[in-house]
Amino acid sequence: MAPESIEFRPADFFDREQIEFISGDAAVEIERGSRLIRLQSGRELHYSELVLATGAHVRTLPGATDKVAYIRTLTDSLSLRSRMRKGGEMLAIGGGFIGLEAAAAARSMGMTVRLMAAEPRLMGRAVSHYISDWFAALHERHGVQFQLGTAVATLDDPALASPDIIVVGIGVIPNVALAQGAGLEAFSGIVTDNHLRTSDSAIFAVGDCALHPNAWAGGLVRLESVQNAADQARCVASTIAGTPKAYAHVPWFWTEQFEAKLQIAGMPGETDESVVRGDPAAGKFSVYNYQAGKLRFVESVNKPADHIAARKLLELPPSILGSS
Amino acid sequence: MPNITYISHTGESRTVTADAGVSVMQAAVRNGVPGIVADCGGECQCATCHVYVDEKFLGLLKPAEEDEDAMLTLTASERKPNSRLSCQIAITDKLDGLIVTTPEIQQ
Ligand code: FES
Repeated sequence: MAPESIEFRPADFFDREQIEFISGDAAVEIERGSRLIRLQSGRELHYSELVLATGAHVRTLPGATDKVAYIRTLTDSLSLRSRMRKGGEMLAIGGGFIGLEAAAAARSMGMTVRLMAAEPRLMGRAVSHYISDWFAALHERHGVQFQLGTAVATLDDPALASPDIIVVGIGVIPNVALAQGAGLEAFSGIVTDNHLRTSDSAIFAVGDCALHPNAWAGGLVRLESVQNAADQARCVASTIAGTPKAYAHVPWFWTEQFEAKLQIAGMPGETDESVVRGDPAAGKFSVYNYQAGKLRFVESVNKPADHIAARKLLELPPSILGSS
Repeated sequence: MPNITYISHTGESRTVTADAGVSVMQAAVRNGVPGIVADCGGECQCATCHVYVDEKFLGLLKPAEEDEDAMLTLTASERKPNSRLSCQIAITDKLDGLIVTTPEIQQ
């Protein structure tokens, strides 16, 4: 895949749309009283409305090794790809989407792959037990070796000496320092209301950094997804442009590992009933997850029509989503 | 190199020269053609790259696969028999002259 093919907008997009794009000059301070932002270079910008889309940075492990790869930027991915070779050995640390997608890519390229994760289950908080087990079996069939329930404390561990590449995917930390420095309410994310306004009504937060009330989560949540970033950005743009919109989109997620495309509609979480439909042995099925008799989220493996139906279904009023 | 023409819902037309191999969505985005959003970047996940394909060219396109067909039921503008997701149409030399119309809204 060519790097340009994953570009969302070309470099000249901003010019064309008359948007001034400032890069390489970080915002370091918000002066809310005078509605002013100070950049690293000392430059000051005034705002009437401000949108914080500061994202997140990767959680890292202590210890240094040139074998380590974190995946956050295009540069990270290109550098990782250039180091992957058939016959080489990869260790993936972390049993989430990143660790598993890296493991699948490396196995498909003919590398030996081991995956270590602190949690006992793969994709623990992001999927049902059924899907977690099904993907563990998928990876095992493809020759990935697992060491689950094993936390890695440092990259200096001599047990990590053999692999050529160590991919670390142990989550991200939202970038909240700018917001906190300005006295906005922020802890594990920048807190917003349902219009994505922070504790200052002229300042919004969107995307990975926004800890927002989400009806699907039943409380404040921070989401790291394409859907969340794009829909939140549009909501805020609409509000600022004079048509206030509350953020109320059905969350959806996807991941591709080996021959399985997993699509999730709704918010994964605790469930007390999971109903499997389709043919798990043939790798085409969906899992409908209920809690307290209500449909909460649907996971589809190579069943795009089920996924789309679920997205539509979950938009309906909760009262008709009961299991009985 | 094949030419692709994009007509907006209000009738404005833009023709771009595309590299064979890129998708109709990518050719639009790279050339700043408005009317195609492409939230998911071409992964057939978002239905915000919806286009109506000029009838003359429909027969030249590979039919929509299962995932595109499913995703087309989520388009923000009406799905018509000539509706396609532009990220799923790979441009080939055979498609030179292709005309697509972008819908009024994408999300
Ligand atoms: S770009 Fe998302 S479906 Fe085409």
